[in-house]
Amino acid sequence: MTVNDIITKLNLSVLGGEQGLKKEISGAYTCDLLSDVMGNVDDGNIWITLQTHKNVMAIASLRDLSAVILVKGLQPDADMLEKANEEGIPVLSTNEQAFEISGKLFQLIHS
Amino acid sequence: MEFNFTVTGGDFISAGHASSEVKKVLQKLNVDPKITRRIVVALYEAEVNIVAHAYSGTIKASIDTEKITLVLDDEGPGIPSIEQAMQEGFSTASEKVREMGFGAGMGLPNMSKNADELNITSDVNKGTRVEIITWLNNKAKA
Ligand SMILES: Nc1ncnc2c1ncn2[C@@H]1O[C@H](COP(=O)(O)OP(=O)(O)O)[C@@H](O)[C@H]1O
Ligand SMILES: [Mg+2]
Repeated sequence: MTVNDIITKLNLSVLGGEQGLKKEISGAYTCDLLSDVMGNVDDGNIWITLQTHKNVMAIASLRDLSAVILVKGLQPDADMLEKANEEGIPVLSTNEQAFEISGKLFQLIHS
Repeated sequence: MEFNFTVTGGDFISAGHASSEVKKVLQKLNVDPKITRRIVVALYEAEVNIVAHAYSGTIKASIDTEKITLVLDDEGPGIPSIEQAMQEGFSTASEKVREMGFGAGMGLPNMSKNADELNITSDVNKGTRVEIITWLNNKAKA
């Protein structure tokens, strides 16, 4: 499953990092604590979070994540988007909260 | 091979720059991605600790065929009790830093989990030195 596949199925909007839409997804991780993500996420995971600053993309890049989903319609800071485009890691947006979107993504990945 | 970086306290915009550069070098050297990942996790946490807790610092990365040695030296408040600081969940991070998702008190535990060797020395009101050593091939791992 690629990032593109879940965008249509979960009705996400693409805010940046379009070059990375063909990345394969290995799973997902829902968390807002940066050290927990840094230490425990797996390569190729999608990261679901409410954090909207540039450090999110630094971690996504350092840990080779496939994309970031921002919940509750939150908008990324300008320098977060800039970094997403630079790194080619998609930043996606949903109006749903973390539990809802995580549940749907879980079903999609595990069905 | 040696690389040097400077880190400015409070500069969260640039946090992770050294980690990213070191990762690129390790990838070019064809280091096992699993080992590279452990190095990057430990270095990132140490780098962010200078940004979050100190005033300024330097990072020296020395790479030879066997191992990478990362030395992070900062000028800052220092750590009164390293034993306490190493405990998962212990953090003196400011409210602002916590809101960004830092300050969970998991940085030092992440470092000790991911480094082959971690040495920390600190002088209160002067600064802190963190040394992270990781072997670059599985066989040599201590
Ligand atoms: N370079 C440093 N200078 C001063 N204090 C530090 C430094 N690194 C760590 N500390 C202290 O150790 C605590 C725990 O560090 P860490 O486990 O990385 O958690 P966090 O950074 O989330 O607070 C910090 O809150 C701080 O009090
Ligand atoms: Mg820390």
